[in-house]
Amino acid sequence: MAIFLTKDSKVIVQGMTGSEGMKHTRRMLASGTQIVGGVNPRKAGTTVDVDGTEVPVFGTVAEAMEKTGADVTVIFVPPKFTKDAVVEAIDAEIGLAVVITEGVPVHDSAAFWAYAGSKGNKTRIIGPNCPGLISPEQSNAGIIPADITKSGPIGLVSKSGTLTYQLMYELRDLGFSSAVGIGGDPVIGTTHIDALAAFEADPETKIIVMIGEIGGDAEERAAAYIAEHVTKPVVGYVAGFTAPEGKTMGHAGAIVSGSSGTAQAKKEALEAAGVKVGKTPSETARLARELIG
Amino acid sequence: MDLFEYQARDLFAKHGVPVLDGDVIETAADAAAIAERFGGRAVVKAQVKVGGRGKAGGVKLAADPADAVAKAEAILGMDIKGHTVHKVMLAQTADIKDEYYVSFLLDRTNRTFLAMASVEGGVEIEVVAEENPDALAKIPVDANEGCTPEKAAEIVAAAKFPADVADQVADVLQQLWKVFIAEDALLVEVNPLIKSGDGKIIALDGKVSLDENAEFRQPGHEALEDKAAANPLEAAAKAKGLNYVKLDGEVGIIGNGAGLVMSTLDVVAYAGENHGGVKPANFLDIGGGASAEVMANGLEIILGDTDVKSVFVNVFGGITACDAVANGIVQALALLEEKGEAVTKPLVVRLDGNNAELGRQILTDANHPLVQQVDTMDGAADRAAELANK
Repeated sequence: MAIFLTKDSKVIVQGMTGSEGMKHTRRMLASGTQIVGGVNPRKAGTTVDVDGTEVPVFGTVAEAMEKTGADVTVIFVPPKFTKDAVVEAIDAEIGLAVVITEGVPVHDSAAFWAYAGSKGNKTRIIGPNCPGLISPEQSNAGIIPADITKSGPIGLVSKSGTLTYQLMYELRDLGFSSAVGIGGDPVIGTTHIDALAAFEADPETKIIVMIGEIGGDAEERAAAYIAEHVTKPVVGYVAGFTAPEGKTMGHAGAIVSGSSGTAQAKKEALEAAGVKVGKTPSETARLARELIG
Repeated sequence: MDLFEYQARDLFAKHGVPVLDGDVIETAADAAAIAERFGGRAVVKAQVKVGGRGKAGGVKLAADPADAVAKAEAILGMDIKGHTVHKVMLAQTADIKDEYYVSFLLDRTNRTFLAMASVEGGVEIEVVAEENPDALAKIPVDANEGCTPEKAAEIVAAAKFPADVADQVADVLQQLWKVFIAEDALLVEVNPLIKSGDGKIIALDGKVSLDENAEFRQPGHEALEDKAAANPLEAAAKAKGLNYVKLDGEVGIIGNGAGLVMSTLDVVAYAGENHGGVKPANFLDIGGGASAEVMANGLEIILGDTDVKSVFVNVFGGITACDAVANGIVQALALLEEKGEAVTKPLVVRLDGNNAELGRQILTDANHPLVQQVDTMDGAADRAAELANK
C-alpha cells in the first residue's frame, strides 16, 4: 500500500514536451512509473520517444484518460497556463492532479481550488509549487529523486521539497510508504491534514513525519487534527525559527506576519498534540528512528 | 509587495473607488502649489509602510500653502518606527461624519477570498476584531463568482451599514473588488471609508498588497517597487534572479530549496549560541538546479556583504547530483577570482544526497585553501559559526 499513488497508477504529463516536463518524464519513467501519455493540443496524435519508450501525445486530458485509463496527471506547464491546465484536469474528473509549477499567482490557485469545490472535489489536487509525491519502488509523480530510498514504514508529508529529500536521505535505510510534497504556496490543494488522514488509514505506514514551515496556520490545524484523529506516532519538524517578520522566505507562503505563522507557535501546537518535534532535520530523523525502534 | 498609501490611492482611482484629490512630493517647497490647488487647506501625510503614523506625528493639517510647506518640512525625514519618511502625500481635507472599514483579502485557512467590513472604522481593525468581534463582518467571496451586487449587499447587511449609505457602500465594494482582481492583490483595505458632511462615501486611506507571482501579467507593477528602500545587496540579487533576503548576522548562507535554506538559518543560529552569538547573514536559495553560474552569482552577492565573516554552502543533491554541485563551486570560485574579486572568506561546504562521495572528492582534489568540508549539516553549521566568531 501507499497513499494517493501506487504501482497501478497510470500517469499522464501536462506539459510533457517542454524542457522541464521532458526531463522529469524521463526520470519518472526510469523509476518505474507507468507514464501512459502526454497532453499538448498542438502535438496531439504524435508520439515522443523517451529513452526508447514511445509515449503518445493527446490533445486533451479527457482524451488521454479515455484512451489510456490514466488516473493521475502531473502538471509542468508555465505559471500563466497553470490555471487552465488544472481546470482541464478537474473537468476531466481525473483522480489526482499534481501541480509542480512554481510561481502561480494566488488568484489563479484560489480560482482553480474554488472550481474544484464547485465540481464536487472529484480531483485531488497536490500543489502548486510542490515536488509531487513518490511511493518508492511503486510510482513517482513529480520531481522527487527516486533513488534516495526504498519502500518502508514511514509516511512523510512536507511543505518543502529539499527538506523532504533530506529526511528521506537520513532515513533511507528504513524506507517510506509514500512521501508527499504539498508545497509552500499560500493556497494549496492537499494539506497536511489530508495526508495525515491517508497515512493513518494506510496499513503499511507505521509512523508519520510531518515537515512544516513558517506562514499560515496549517501546522496548528494539523496539530489539532492529530490530537483528535491520529493514533500512529507523528514526528514533526518546523523550519524558519530565525525568519524575521514581514520577509518572505523563498516560498510565497513562508512569511511571518505579526504574531501569526511563527515557527515557535507551530512547534508548541504540535508538541501539545503529542508530536515529537526535532530541533534540526537530523534530530527529527533521530526521533523517527527511536519511535520505529 | 506592500504599496504606499499614495500608490493605493492611485489604484483605487484607476478602478473607480471614490477618493479625494491628492499628490505626492519629496520636496517640501512643492507643497505650496498643491495646497493652492486644493484651495489652501491640505492634509500632509507621511508615506511609510507601517501603521500608527498618525500617533507618531506623521499626519498634520495645514491651514494654508505656507503652512503646508512647513508641515511637509517637519514630516519629511521623520523616523516612524524605523521607517524614514522620504515622501509625503498632500490630500484634500475631508468633512468626516462617520468612519467605516472595508477590505478584501486572501483567507489562507479556508483557501478562499474574504470580505471584511465594519461600521467602526478609523481605528486599527485588529483592535476591533479583538475587542468587539461582532462589529467586524467576515463574508467569504468565491474566487470565480466574485463580489456581485448580491454579494456586496450581503456584506453591507452583515456589517449593518446605515440605510442612507448602504447603496453607496455596496458600489464601493464592487469597485474595490475590481482593484483586488484586476491588480492581482492579496489585500485591498480602506480604513477609514468615510461618510462626508454631504453624505458621500469616500476612501480616505488605504492599503494594498500585490502578488509578486503575478508580475508576468502586471507590467505596471514593477514601477511600484520602492527601489530606494531596497537593500543594495537584495537589489543586486534580484537583478540576477536570485531569491535573497539580507539578515543581520555574520554567517553567509547558500542552499538549495526554500525549506532547506530556512532550516539552515535555524541550525546556524543554534550553533551560533556556542560561538559568540553569531547569526545567519542572509537567506539565499539557489534552487533545485544549483548550476555553476547560479552558484557563482550567489557567492558573489554573499562575498560582497561586508557583514559576512564565513560562508556556509549547504546543498542536498536531489535532482542535481553533488558532483555537479561541487564542480559548480570550484568553477564559481575560479570565475570570481578571474573577475578579480577577492575571495578571502572561509567557505564551509556540506554536500549530501545524490553522488555525495563524488562531490566531496572533487572538492578535496581541488584543494582550495578557503574551502573546508564537513559531512553533516549540524557539524558544518557549527564550523561556519566558529569561523565567523574568529
